[in-house]
Amino acid sequence: MSRVALVTGGSRGIGRAIALRLAADGHQVAVNYAASAASAHDVVEAIVARGGTARAVQADVGDADAVASMFGEIEDHFGRVGILVNNAGITRDDLLLRMGVDAWDEVIETNLRSVYLCSRAAMRGMLRLKWGRIISMSSISGISGNPGQANYAASKAAIIGFSKSVAREVGSRNITVNVVAPGFIETDMTDKLGSEIAEEVAQRVALGRLGRPEEIAAAVGYLASDDAAYVTGQTLVVDGGLAL
Amino acid sequence: MDRTEIESKLTDLLVDELGIERDAITSNAKFEEDLDVDSLGVVELLMALEDNFGVKIPDEEAEQITTVGEAVDLVEIKLNG
Repeated sequence: MSRVALVTGGSRGIGRAIALRLAADGHQVAVNYAASAASAHDVVEAIVARGGTARAVQADVGDADAVASMFGEIEDHFGRVGILVNNAGITRDDLLLRMGVDAWDEVIETNLRSVYLCSRAAMRGMLRLKWGRIISMSSISGISGNPGQANYAASKAAIIGFSKSVAREVGSRNITVNVVAPGFIETDMTDKLGSEIAEEVAQRVALGRLGRPEEIAAAVGYLASDDAAYVTGQTLVVDGGLAL
Repeated sequence: MDRTEIESKLTDLLVDELGIERDAITSNAKFEEDLDVDSLGVVELLMALEDNFGVKIPDEEAEQITTVGEAVDLVEIKLNG
């Protein structure tokens, strides 16, 4: 069945792959972006070229008013959001000793506050639909920890606790709330690491390579589908066997 | 719309949307204690009221509602000012 899907941070990397996947699965996709308008429109064009339906929607998802108006725009164009993918995320890596308050706050606001704001905004529509899928992106950093990422890992671990709580709140209403925790995936975010570190990481992965954004999107596609109707409050780790 | 009409429509919503026994619904019945409606059910009921009566019920006011009669009062005030 075709649903309305919102992918936050859908213009690049994993978000882009998720948007393309959900569109390929027959859903109408709202591609949220904060600043990368050109990339977001690129994703929309790619979806439309393949016969899908999509729309780029701008909003800083850490801002309550911006989130409210984004949901208004999506409802006007597509209808109520049935599938919410909380993907928007940033890194501001540094050792804790050197990590400034701004680096902490920015990461928590974009990665965690956005999950709360968007999930809350989507909930009314999902209750009315009597169907819903909330899928949030955590990270292997949030599960195993990663030096230099105290802020990022904290935000990503918090998403897991948040999702388990909300899963219990709304399970009886046919709304599932799950988490996907990617390992090292080839994106702009991991490109920053440099090829030496990337090779080192690949050696620690059971499957011997970094992951592709499409491989994360496939997990999201599953959790968004009716096949996953009996899966809630879970964290699906897609890391090629990095954290075993 | 007068109070009787609001009451009757609200009763229908409780029966249809939340599956409550019609006989159990009285003005003094408390949603959570008497009708076994959980807190999320109260939110759903208020959303159904908004849809059906075309009124807007702010969250702060919604939180005050505990009985069927109070829900009728609120809709009546919203509709008739």
